[in-house]
Amino acid sequence: MINVRNLVKDYGPIRAVDDVTFDVRKGDILGFLGPNGAGKSTTMKMITGFLPPTSGRTEIAGIDVAERPREAKRHIGYLPESGPLYPEMTVIEFLRFIAEMRGLSGAKAAAALDRAIELCHLRAVRHQPIETLSKGFRQRVGMAQAVMHDPPCLILDEPTDGLDPNQKQEVRRLIASMAKEKAIILSTHILEEVEAMCNRVIIIAAGRILVNETPADLLRRHPNYGAVELELAHGDTGNLRNTVKDLDGVASVESLNGKLLIRPKNQTDLKSLLWNRALAEKWPMKSLEPANLRLEDVFRNLTQKDGESIEERTPPAAREKGQTAA
Amino acid sequence: MKETVTLFKREFMGYFRSPVAYVFLAVFLVGAMGLPWFLGGFFESNDASLRPFFLFLPWIFLFLVPAVGMRLWSEEKRSGTWELLFTLPIGIWQAVAGKFLAGWAFVSLAIILTLTMPITIAYLGSPDWGPVFSGYVGSILMAGAFLGICSAVSALTRNQVISFVVSLIICLALVLLGWSAFNELMLALNLPVWLVDALANFSFVTHFEGMVAGLIRLRDVVFFASIIAFSLAITVLILER
Ligand SMILES: Nc1ncnc2c1ncn2[C@@H]1O[C@H](COP(=O)(O)OP(=O)(O)OP(=O)(O)O)[C@@H](O)[C@H]1O
Ligand SMILES: [Mg+2]
Repeated sequence: MINVRNLVKDYGPIRAVDDVTFDVRKGDILGFLGPNGAGKSTTMKMITGFLPPTSGRTEIAGIDVAERPREAKRHIGYLPESGPLYPEMTVIEFLRFIAEMRGLSGAKAAAALDRAIELCHLRAVRHQPIETLSKGFRQRVGMAQAVMHDPPCLILDEPTDGLDPNQKQEVRRLIASMAKEKAIILSTHILEEVEAMCNRVIIIAAGRILVNETPADLLRRHPNYGAVELELAHGDTGNLRNTVKDLDGVASVESLNGKLLIRPKNQTDLKSLLWNRALAEKWPMKSLEPANLRLEDVFRNLTQKDGESIEERTPPAAREKGQTAA
Repeated sequence: MKETVTLFKREFMGYFRSPVAYVFLAVFLVGAMGLPWFLGGFFESNDASLRPFFLFLPWIFLFLVPAVGMRLWSEEKRSGTWELLFTLPIGIWQAVAGKFLAGWAFVSLAIILTLTMPITIAYLGSPDWGPVFSGYVGSILMAGAFLGICSAVSALTRNQVISFVVSLIICLALVLLGWSAFNELMLALNLPVWLVDALANFSFVTHFEGMVAGLIRLRDVVFFASIIAFSLAITVLILER
């Protein structure tokens, strides 16, 4: 549905987006991640046809955005970053304007307006000037504007930015409810959001795509992927440490807050291995749990600039996986 | 085309959503009708013509048209709403035309409100309706040319103050070129007569004066129309980046 090919954007000497290529199909929710200034918004602006790329091209539903911009734009709903709106208009005036600009009129416009207001829970504030709305409500007006014409492609730049936890949840639900019928790209700094709703993740840094894979695959890059934490009843793991270290299938063992953090070799199923040993050798085991994997760690490892190459900083287990995934 | 009309409506109504519009109308009416009266001895000249009123208009436009035009694109750029506008299925030309026409309609409305004056004169004496009509046509055309320039300038910057000042300077130059005192100064500086004439030909005032005198000449209309078309084309080029 959305095909992005070799997009490049130069701002003077700065290359904000550097050779970005990816596809989004119907039913996909693509999470666009990256540190501040990575080029997420710039990429999205080029996809929507707002910003002409320095080179490269985008197709929306088979329509080249640069060649037939108006036709392509009919297929896109776009929520710009920080939701710019016309502040002096009331919500309903603004949405009516958008509907009319989208070529909707009469009964169709009324139905679309009603649907958008319903979806984004704006009924109570519809006669209020936009400038008097709270940030969360403004964000919802932005969403309503984006989904007004029920577009097959949605481009949402930080849709949950500035919302309270309830509203965040609400917007996520809204996006997820539309996912089946649409191709959606959303950028965010909230990694749980990606885990919760996206089926693909692109991490971009300094304008370049670092990874493009499923959230599950991304998690495999975690240094502790497949690792377990073992805790003994008496808390003293000193003796056990060496025993475990020599087990076949264990790559490394670390002591961590009185627990042992055990990393696997060759994707061994550590949990069953250790359970069997513990039963056979009667270890006074208190708990055996998978290590806590946070996407943030993966993100940090991938994007933190400290002069090392990304490959070098990726732990061995993840590197294997990364190569097969790429 | 339909999008242009929709945008025109939004923009035109937009002027009345803020009190600024009413302040503008009030200042314009007081200025345009009051200044010639104070400074020009409007009612002392016995010919019941609107000549003094029209001859002051370029100077009033100089300040008030940039006040309308400064926000045309600067405001959209500053608040980021142009991102919204240009991801709607509207061409840049249509958007530029829609916003320009709305601004022009608003300024024209202000001009038309001054019709109270000839109507008053008609009550007191009998005005010559020919020059009144051509004078109003000329005023509206000239206002369009001013506004076109403001549109192009406002597309260049997100800062309304800069937009206002730069528009004012350009418009001032275009007015001064045809001002007799200015032309005499240029001649005194030993500039060749043909150059002074050519420059004066670019002045709004030169082309406006004929209409005030009652003549709607094709070349004057073409002049203002080309200024409008040219500045809108520049606006489009700037926005296309
Ligand atoms: N109009 C502009 N002129 C010059 N440089 C720009 C412009 N817009 C963006 N940039 C630069 O391009 C780079 C990418 O910016 P972009 O807004 O795409 O980042 P982002 O990934 O959206 O960041 P954030 O997470 O903070 O929203 C930045 O270095 C930024 O400074
Ligand atoms: Mg951004």
